[in-house]
Amino acid sequence: MEVNITINGSEHASDVEPRTLLVDHIRRTVGLTGTHVGCDTTSCGACTVLMDGTPVKACTVLAAQADGSEVTTVEGLKGADGLHPIQSAFTDDHGLQCGFCTPGMMLVGASLIAENPDPSDDEVRWAISGNLCRCTGYINIVKAIQTAAARVAESSNGS
Amino acid sequence: MVAPTTPAEIGGIGHSLQRKEDARLIEGQGNFLDDIDLPNTLHMAILRSPLAHARINGIDSEAAMALDGVLAVVTGDLMDQHGLAWMPTLSGDTQAVLATDKVRYQGQEVAAVIATDPYIATDALELIEVDYEELPPITTPQQSLEEGAALIRDEKEGQTDNLAYTWETGDQGATEEAFAKADRVVTLETHYPRSHPAPLETCGIVADINSVTGQATIYMTSQAPHAHRTLFAMVAGLPEQNIRIVSPDIGGGFGNKVPIYPGYVVATAASLLIGQPVKWVESRTENLISTGFARDYYMKGELAVTDEGRILGLRVNMLSDQGAFYSDAQPTQFRAGLFHVVTGSYDFPAAHIDCKGAFTNKAPGGVAYRCSFRITEASYLIERLVQNAAYEVGIDPAEMRLRNFIQPEQFPYETATGFVYDSGDYPTALRTAMDEVGYEDLRREQAEARAEGRLIGIGIAHFTEAVGAGPSRTYDIAGLKMIDSAELRVHPTGKAILKLGVKTQGQGHETTFAQIVAEVLGIPANDIKVEHGDTNHTPYGLGTYASRSTPVGGAATAVVARKLADKSKKIAAHLLEAADEDIELASGVFSVAGSPDRSVTIQDVALAAYTNLPEGMEYGLEDVTYYDPPNLTYPYGSYIVVVEVDPDTGVWQVQRMVALDDCGVRINPMIVEGQICGGLTEGFAMSAMQWITFDEDGNCIGANFMDYLVPTAWETPRFELLATEVPSPHHPIGAKGVGESATVGSPAAFVNAVIDAVAHLGVRNIDMPVLPDRVWAAIEEAS
Ligand code: FES
Ligand code: FES
Repeated sequence: MEVNITINGSEHASDVEPRTLLVDHIRRTVGLTGTHVGCDTTSCGACTVLMDGTPVKACTVLAAQADGSEVTTVEGLKGADGLHPIQSAFTDDHGLQCGFCTPGMMLVGASLIAENPDPSDDEVRWAISGNLCRCTGYINIVKAIQTAAARVAESSNGS
Repeated sequence: MVAPTTPAEIGGIGHSLQRKEDARLIEGQGNFLDDIDLPNTLHMAILRSPLAHARINGIDSEAAMALDGVLAVVTGDLMDQHGLAWMPTLSGDTQAVLATDKVRYQGQEVAAVIATDPYIATDALELIEVDYEELPPITTPQQSLEEGAALIRDEKEGQTDNLAYTWETGDQGATEEAFAKADRVVTLETHYPRSHPAPLETCGIVADINSVTGQATIYMTSQAPHAHRTLFAMVAGLPEQNIRIVSPDIGGGFGNKVPIYPGYVVATAASLLIGQPVKWVESRTENLISTGFARDYYMKGELAVTDEGRILGLRVNMLSDQGAFYSDAQPTQFRAGLFHVVTGSYDFPAAHIDCKGAFTNKAPGGVAYRCSFRITEASYLIERLVQNAAYEVGIDPAEMRLRNFIQPEQFPYETATGFVYDSGDYPTALRTAMDEVGYEDLRREQAEARAEGRLIGIGIAHFTEAVGAGPSRTYDIAGLKMIDSAELRVHPTGKAILKLGVKTQGQGHETTFAQIVAEVLGIPANDIKVEHGDTNHTPYGLGTYASRSTPVGGAATAVVARKLADKSKKIAAHLLEAADEDIELASGVFSVAGSPDRSVTIQDVALAAYTNLPEGMEYGLEDVTYYDPPNLTYPYGSYIVVVEVDPDTGVWQVQRMVALDDCGVRINPMIVEGQICGGLTEGFAMSAMQWITFDEDGNCIGANFMDYLVPTAWETPRFELLATEVPSPHHPIGAKGVGESATVGSPAAFVNAVIDAVAHLGVRNIDMPVLPDRVWAAIEEAS
């Protein structure tokens, strides 16, 4: 079947099998491999992308269901003026080790701070509780999301 | 903490340098196994046994073969025709690649489909008919060793029972004497449950064998690419010069990516036969049910103590559940890994350990999950025992430890099991952690809370690890000595490339190993590129596990950098027209002793190495070192956990977790702390929720992330980290390794905390994971 999905700002029209998962579509058809797969029970969040601004687990969405929507993957975080604040905060606060969970974590973090400019420790932890990390113990991920929030707030106050 | 000796621009040892690997990972430009997409790649899916124990009477793959897009269905019989139905394990046993006679555990590999598309490969699995004749499964090692138990390994010549191995160490006579002198014997029987490392990325392979040239390029989630190349050569009979293993970015390993799994062998054979690349990436369920489990030891420990709380001796009896094949990934001479460190941080003269392993109808594996070969089990047992001994003798658990610690002046210290600890200051570590947590006050609060019916517990673990295997006189895996290497080349512009035998899976080697070179030569760490994981482009080494990268590969890096520093000094002397012995090197500047204004930089020297040499010197600035460590290193730590237990539900919450680690010199403190936070989380996971168990039919409970619970950010406690820094005297830069310390040390601290909350009721053991219902039952039973 024909699906038309805007991924990171560019339109992708393709013919897919109806059963094709969005994550497979993004990785295999479109060729963006920053979105990962870590489980088969919708538990890990490694596959998280933003669909019309909302985080979804792309392993549990069919490509067909995303027809007509705007999808943002990790490759789309960086803007014309450089890295998204969440990306630089993850580096600065050592929020990643192996980096496998990182795309999903950053996308959830980016969507959280878009809604909540000053999330508490508990609010961040709750927001990322659908995303597993086996390396970091989460502390620095939480810190990075808060750092990014603070930087975004600072730059919008400044402007 | 020792202050860095290099300026921040150079970024040598002690700087919390930002990681070089991050740039690609935060932009989704990492290159993980499943991201590799070669032209004409075929996809493999594996049919696994639904039964724990059954005879295979036949496999009908006709319908699967007929499916559009399916190129081949590989069965055990086909593998057998090529001599590949069985493969050797890392513990001297053999393991089925694809079952030919029986299936011996649920999830065992029975057949594989090769298709043009992964969805089609999976569809075809459903079309394969296997005629199974069910056999009764054996699901515990106790059943397995009973008289008359069915033989699991009936194919194995000379095997008449289900015993996998026996092992013993220590001095039995001396231990009996110690027990005869004891005022009391404290006994603990506990099970360290089966667990799984479950890195977020599962295991996988892309095998690309060119049938014309014979070149085998094998992309693999491998923690040990060089060892894997040699093993592939030995097992598959491929000429080693034609094998190139590429281990790309790895999404966590934790021991899971050390063994060679049947899927790798089948994919490689399929690529060889079909002449196209074959990709296989495990699903999470496959990962949890079939690859690399860890732990599963039933342990009985006895401690001989005096009424004054002195430990006189230790006796341990253990039984390990090996699953259907004995395939522990561990050094050849160590049947139960380095369990020897069960004597812990304590000074006592006698110990004896007796261990058996049994075959069961469960997945094989026995990997060292974030652990230097069974050290986690050993640390857990001694720390639980010492705590219980304190209750029995009637002294505080911290005091019990302080009375028995090996003292700083006793190092190097030979333990009752013959390991020689390199360095440490245990009393300072424990006292520092106690001060931080406010130990005395906490004990008062605990007593007050008890009076109000609230249950507070304070758990301590003071662990000592043995990492960095290891000296070649003792340590090998499948005959390969456990050395490691570093190759360093400084280019004419003064930028360098460092190639390693070890392989990062998230530990940050691309940053920390550059820092070691920066420290020695003064080349900025950001000017040093670190390569690893590709056997065609890196020197030989046994890989990254058992916390061996820094102790062995890090040592090799320091030594090779020093070799280049020596050559550089001679070149500098030539440039400065001074005597070699008058040249001093600090932070990349070579100066003449006594006249510091006469100097050249490492960049000047690098250019001269290719343009302007002293008479008779060979061009270039590069070298390679193979490092054979003289001893293991012995990191340690003092962990204190405070919990509150709800007496009505058994639910426990961590209130505080103070973790002091001494891993010797810290190359990058930020990365060290990151490793510790990750390790503490896994220790918490094992103590609280994470285990793989089986029902009586041998069905694996824990086959996905809904049943195998790994902590999210919500459950994970907050940690307070502390450090002391006693260097390793034998390591070139005094570092000891840290990646596993927290996983090794922390489970006992968490469990001891829960036990401490209910110890006054008489509770002395709750098996891990310490689930609320188990706590509740223990309270009920005691009161
Ligand atoms: S891969 Fe989608 S939640 Fe795990
Ligand atoms: S950084 Fe490895 S899983 Fe999160």
